[in-house]
Amino acid sequence: MPDPLRDPAPVPVRPGETTGEDPALGLFQVLREDGRARGEWAPDLGAKTLRAMFRHMLRVRLLDERMMMRQRQGKVGFYGAITGQEATPIAAGFALKTQDWVFPALRESAIMLVRGFPLTRYIAQVYGNAGDVLKGRQMPSHMSGRAVNQVAWSSCLGPQLPQAVGAAMAAKHRGDDAVVLGFIGDGATSEPDFHAAMNFAGVFKPPVVLICQNNHWAISVPSEKQTASATFAVKARAYGIPGVRVDGNDVLGTYRVIKEAVLRAREGEGPTFIEAVTYRIGAHSSSDDPTRYRSEEEVEAWRQKDPLQRFERFLRSEGHLDDGLRDSLEAELEAEIKAAITEVEAMPRPATETLFEDVYADVPWHLRAQEDELRAADPPPGHD
Amino acid sequence: MREIRYREALREALMEEMERDGTVFLMGEEVGHYEGAYKVSQGLLAQFGEQRVIDTPIAEAGFAGIGVGAAMTGLRPIIEFMTWNFSFVAFDQIISNAAKIHQMSGGKLTCPMVFRGPNGAAKQVAAQHSHSVDPFYTNIPGLYVVMPATPRDAKGLLKTSIRNDDPVVFLEGETLYNLKGEVPEEDEDELIPLGVARVAREGDGCTVVAWGRPFHNAMEAAEILAKDGIELEVVDPRTLRPLDTDAIVRSVKKTNRCVVVHEHWPYGGPGAEIVDVVQREAFDYLDAPVERVAAWDVPMPYASNLEELVLPTTERVLEAVRAVSYR
Repeated sequence: MPDPLRDPAPVPVRPGETTGEDPALGLFQVLREDGRARGEWAPDLGAKTLRAMFRHMLRVRLLDERMMMRQRQGKVGFYGAITGQEATPIAAGFALKTQDWVFPALRESAIMLVRGFPLTRYIAQVYGNAGDVLKGRQMPSHMSGRAVNQVAWSSCLGPQLPQAVGAAMAAKHRGDDAVVLGFIGDGATSEPDFHAAMNFAGVFKPPVVLICQNNHWAISVPSEKQTASATFAVKARAYGIPGVRVDGNDVLGTYRVIKEAVLRAREGEGPTFIEAVTYRIGAHSSSDDPTRYRSEEEVEAWRQKDPLQRFERFLRSEGHLDDGLRDSLEAELEAEIKAAITEVEAMPRPATETLFEDVYADVPWHLRAQEDELRAADPPPGHD
Repeated sequence: MREIRYREALREALMEEMERDGTVFLMGEEVGHYEGAYKVSQGLLAQFGEQRVIDTPIAEAGFAGIGVGAAMTGLRPIIEFMTWNFSFVAFDQIISNAAKIHQMSGGKLTCPMVFRGPNGAAKQVAAQHSHSVDPFYTNIPGLYVVMPATPRDAKGLLKTSIRNDDPVVFLEGETLYNLKGEVPEEDEDELIPLGVARVAREGDGCTVVAWGRPFHNAMEAAEILAKDGIELEVVDPRTLRPLDTDAIVRSVKKTNRCVVVHEHWPYGGPGAEIVDVVQREAFDYLDAPVERVAAWDVPMPYASNLEELVLPTTERVLEAVRAVSYR
């Protein structure tokens, strides 16, 4: 596969809109790597929204650093950072309405934060303690929030994608105007569920936007070994769906493309498949050592395309950000995260009584019996 | 009471529940225009239209996942597998998703849906097409597993399953679709609760626990043995998860003998689960070790003479009952 960012060119979001270049093979971009915007494609966003986007990107960057640190210190069992991939989830969060749903993959949990999920509740899901609305049942980096219409992805890669299509079919069935975003990584496009989701999306045309975050590495397997297609976006063509390839390190580009696709879906024009071309700067997860399979030169080259720095350069050049603002924002976010972590780490572990809850909507008799058996044990288990 | 076929009973349940609740829809391969491979969904497309009776591409994992997504966001899908053998490619959606979403979301999401279709051997369809899947799905917390043997149970249990807030694995008998039996009138709206067994025949000679197709072998054996003065008590659990162990244990305490008859393989499964419960809770009441009549532990052969050997027969039920009765 050619270096996708070597010769970036703007392409239309809607097929046939202007230039004639295939949006599934080109690369849509608003922000050049030096932070200058391609004016003709820039989304119409005010300074307040632009700063809010930056704030969310920086917040996730800082939060991931802290969480990886806590993982190394043994406070957290597992963590998967999204460093280098903040643009797409943050842009997605801004492109959605309250009624919309998100079916994420591994690196889109932060959409919840953009949509108002409280930071302490979010961090509590990493710790799986009594403050966790999931009651300590889910792995870190598998966050979900019913309050913000975001479900968890499945550890077996891919199932969330047909589910996203199903949720969109349900929205169509109900006749409401909710749109569903479904995410998948480049690696999981090899899974049968990807094919099923794309096929059903093409056949039933529900209001769904399927987004592949191509971060070039599925743990240690490069995207070239995942597919022989020229791009991931072009796969959409075979399913009768518009495919768009966007610079996934360009928050304004991804925002523009996702927003258009969501609009199309809401207007009943059917699904879109988006490939967001990005790069995983860090390890796959806290259990991975990427130095074993990729070069420092490659990582360094992608650091130069960092979505946060690029957006910062843009904001500075437009006069929306300066040293003073930047420093105070970072200090404010650091303090917020630190306070939230302190609060979460003081929370007790999940109560033993919750063990048998929610396996079924109503606890059946055989689980009540097992609960009684557990309670009768001496000393009572599960307490510190 | 009127008599209708098992297939018609299922169809009535679908019709009535889809009429009652607009969030219920049916999805699967050939359920609409073709009206189902076993004609269970006959007439449904005409009545409810393509929005609620949905023909899908051939992708069990795909439409199982579509159903999970729809259920999580407020609908009540009924997913038809042309046979349960084909559910294996959708295993992950059923086991790691449908069964766990309520628990893993901290109770914030529900997954009210029914997976249904024919289970077990038909006739000469060989190893990949003859599975009894009950042992696989009964192992999974979060699922209900229902397996009706009669038209009345088929209808009443399917109606309850559709209204259930947790996912239900609904195992129909591939060889039972033509079976006729008594079913209450349509306006009676009979709902049979999940997790409650039925004592189909009372007796004090020996308890026979049987479900699905072999239930009928047990009933036939009861007729034959009655002539020899052995009165069988035939208990059909109907729901295999959760299992009505009270009803089974109560019966064994009365008869002091127990035979478990099932079509699934002998290793594990509800068959072994029932034996486990009986030995723990009725040990002092047993006059003989519990016997099991199961399929032999081989993939199903195609040749009809060999297939007949594999499946539980009335003759094998009789032998087992005589063994535990020392007669």
